[in-house]
Amino acid sequence: MAKRIDVSGLSAYYGTTKAIEDISMTVEPRSVTAFIGPSGCGKSTFLRTLNRMHEVIPGARVEGKVMLDDDNLYGANVDPVAVRRTVGMVFQRPNPFPTMSIYDNVAAGLKLAGVKKKSVLDDVVEKSLKGANLWKEVHTRLNKPGAGLSGGQQQRLCIARAIAVEPQVLLMDEPCSALDPISTLAVEDLIGELKSQFTIVIVTHNMQQAARVSDRTAFFNLAGVGQPGKLVELDDTQRIFSNPSVQATEDYISGRFG
Amino acid sequence: MTSSHPADAPGRVRRRKTSQLGDKIFFNAARGAGILLLVIMAAIAGFLAYRSALALSKNQGNFLTTFEWAPDAPKPVFGIAVLAFGTIVSAVIAMVIAVPVAIGIALFISHYAPRKIAQPFAYLVDLLAAVPSIVYGLWGALFLVPHLDGLTSWMDQYLGWTYVFDQTRAGTTPRTLFTVGILLAIMVLPIITAVTREVFRQVPRMHEEAALALGATRWEMIRTSVLPFGRPGIISASMLGLGRALGETIAVAVVLSSNSVLSLHLLDPGGGTFAQNIALKFNEAGSFGRDALMASGLVLFVITLLVNGAARMIVARRKEYSGANA
Amino acid sequence: MSAVTTTAASLPQLRRNLTTARLPKWSQAAVAAGSVALGCGIGAGFGLASHLQWGLIAAALFVIVSYALSARVEGRRQAKDRLATSVVWVAFVAAVVPLAALTFYTVQQGIAVVDANFLTHSMKGVLSAGPGGGIYHALIGTLQQVALATLIAAPLGLLTAVYLVEYGRGRLARTVTFFVDVMTGIPSIVAGLFVLSVWILGLGFSYSGFAGSLALAILMMPVVVRSTEEMLKLVPNELREASYALGVPRWKTILRIVIPTAIGGITTGVMLAVARITGETAPVLMLVFGADIINNNPFQDPQQSLPMYIWQQYAQVNNDFGYARAWGAALVLIAFVMGLNLIARGIARWRSPKTGH
Repeated sequence: MAKRIDVSGLSAYYGTTKAIEDISMTVEPRSVTAFIGPSGCGKSTFLRTLNRMHEVIPGARVEGKVMLDDDNLYGANVDPVAVRRTVGMVFQRPNPFPTMSIYDNVAAGLKLAGVKKKSVLDDVVEKSLKGANLWKEVHTRLNKPGAGLSGGQQQRLCIARAIAVEPQVLLMDEPCSALDPISTLAVEDLIGELKSQFTIVIVTHNMQQAARVSDRTAFFNLAGVGQPGKLVELDDTQRIFSNPSVQATEDYISGRFG
Repeated sequence: MTSSHPADAPGRVRRRKTSQLGDKIFFNAARGAGILLLVIMAAIAGFLAYRSALALSKNQGNFLTTFEWAPDAPKPVFGIAVLAFGTIVSAVIAMVIAVPVAIGIALFISHYAPRKIAQPFAYLVDLLAAVPSIVYGLWGALFLVPHLDGLTSWMDQYLGWTYVFDQTRAGTTPRTLFTVGILLAIMVLPIITAVTREVFRQVPRMHEEAALALGATRWEMIRTSVLPFGRPGIISASMLGLGRALGETIAVAVVLSSNSVLSLHLLDPGGGTFAQNIALKFNEAGSFGRDALMASGLVLFVITLLVNGAARMIVARRKEYSGANA
Repeated sequence: MSAVTTTAASLPQLRRNLTTARLPKWSQAAVAAGSVALGCGIGAGFGLASHLQWGLIAAALFVIVSYALSARVEGRRQAKDRLATSVVWVAFVAAVVPLAALTFYTVQQGIAVVDANFLTHSMKGVLSAGPGGGIYHALIGTLQQVALATLIAAPLGLLTAVYLVEYGRGRLARTVTFFVDVMTGIPSIVAGLFVLSVWILGLGFSYSGFAGSLALAILMMPVVVRSTEEMLKLVPNELREASYALGVPRWKTILRIVIPTAIGGITTGVMLAVARITGETAPVLMLVFGADIINNNPFQDPQQSLPMYIWQQYAQVNNDFGYARAWGAALVLIAFVMGLNLIARGIARWRSPKTGH
């Protein structure tokens, strides 16, 4: 069920400001691709263009093409809502629905899709929570509010919520930046397991994390002060971290800026 | 100022004394103002209660169940049954119309309208909250009443079987509790909208995005994120509006053609409300009649006190709730 | 890991197609236009007297047709979304119509009456069954009553707010906060009754503009407290601490640093409160008593006020000349209140810290 993403000539704007310019890349299915780069280089913006979440910000728009296997996400007659059902997303700060229980949080996507049968819901909730390595910790208190969990548990709950609707692709926007080291480790382990089924794209500030979890790494950088962000290079993670082909990448990775 | 001459010890001491005195005076003045406010509230309740007691002791009817209002008759008889009914019915009609519309307008401003429309429109709604009630009343009597004629006869025609919407005196001008309810709805609409809109605006973006990223449509996003978050705000805003509607005096007095009949036919002229009755009967009332009006005013006071207190309680509880989750 | 197996993939609800049949963007506008046309057609065709009926038919048509159309073409979920959107738009229109009608009608009726003569003459010697007369006495009365009420309520409200924000801890402050909120909701007629029972019936004073001011002050005070409180809370604590660190006593810090910092917002709040009490009718009705002649002394003898003038011209004169005068006074009153509001909001914007990038 994982799909390949093929981006070509993509630019994104906030009002009249161009945030990223002319990005083309391919994301392989059943792999983890990490986006790294200095703050403000547009990597999160780019991530959000991959499930059309960019355009929910007033005034934001996108030019270019994003192919999900054979479908252009920005083609005519494409329903952004359907896109978001296909390409799931996990955010920087865990954001379980505050008024819902753990169970309802995981089932939320299915309920929206019109699944009503209790047995099906039970099934999916259990599978998703197991898939997010959270089942053991919460199965006795599924009816407690999701906001009562620890930060790391909440983030895994959000992952469970995202995979419950069986997306093809899972986008993660710095999923560990608000978590402590132990929770981070748990989420990283989970990412390693999830890639057998999903195409995963992860934005991270932490280069060690990119090196640990990803198969391929893309380095983004600003074209200059006040200029839009650009893709500098995309390669196998090992290569990027040992022998990058662009000097700027090496400078960034060795800590000379950023 | 005070730190300029550290060596000038006596001066410093003196200055500290004056500053302490200044602090004391200022503190007591500020606290006094706060206490005065409490005293006023207590005095309102106390004086109205005292006057009411004078009136109630001589009432020959039952204060709660009597329909008539004739406190200045040789045998004083007065009761609040008609007034309580009219007050509650008109306020309920107002709420039934105003709350859903207000939620709709608030959503329009916070989530639906193009930004160019939303801002000026929100501003306009705020301004309309400031229109004096006498102007609403005048407009209600001279514009709304004639325009409601067609609507009410229509309702009589198609909904007459409900009894409530049956017009027994067809052809009369619709100066009815129903019209009053509609006018009150228009009057409290800006208030409810303003509060609700602010709550909707405060919904954290990340909750909305959580829903959108799951593939929710805009309406589903509102249902899963915005409305649950805003529910306490909607409730308290509605109760603020309800408080206004219950206590509205002059607009009701202008529009309603009142009498002392308790009729469930809401499209027939008649009935009355607490505030309207006070404004209308006050001029012709003797000293005992005034005491009787005070008794009805006390009931109104207590009702609005309860409604407003409940609204505040809900808001306060919500603060704790969101604090625990922050 | 016990994988997320593919059994659930058989759920038909999760089958997805990125491209769905979508209604073109202009469809909503077309449905709206069609509904309005049809609504008017039905209304005119069946001879429905009230335009309200036309509007209701059009609104119902719009909501139903756009739902049905979308349900047929786009599916149930999209249709529900469209339903919500069209209901929200209908709510918007439903709000605009009466409010626009109110403004338009008041201006239309009032503008015909208001002229220099109307503004500078009282009702002395004017036959209520005839034309002429003016609102000068009512204007004087309202201005004096509102000014007196503000003189009482604004300092008290300000002090109370200072107490709540700068000193307020413990039970007393919590009680005051609660009752400020509750007091905001007191019906104006109850405030009138209270002043009547204490000031006139209890202490034996006569009806006067000042009696009205007392009731207005009661209504105004909690509003001032609430808005001032919000403004004082916005003053950053660092400012206070910087002042204390210089050895400035607390009361001077409040008077010289805190209040001046917040003065823009406080002024706005007071002006909005003034605008609100200017339009209050009920308490004035029972305390000021009303007069046809000019009385420049608010402390003695009955006065007139604008809202009360409108009430009397409508309810007691109750003829076309009275209605005309009432509309004229209503226009002046609304202009005054709106003007205050606009100025107050202008001050708020002008004094507020600049935001944006």
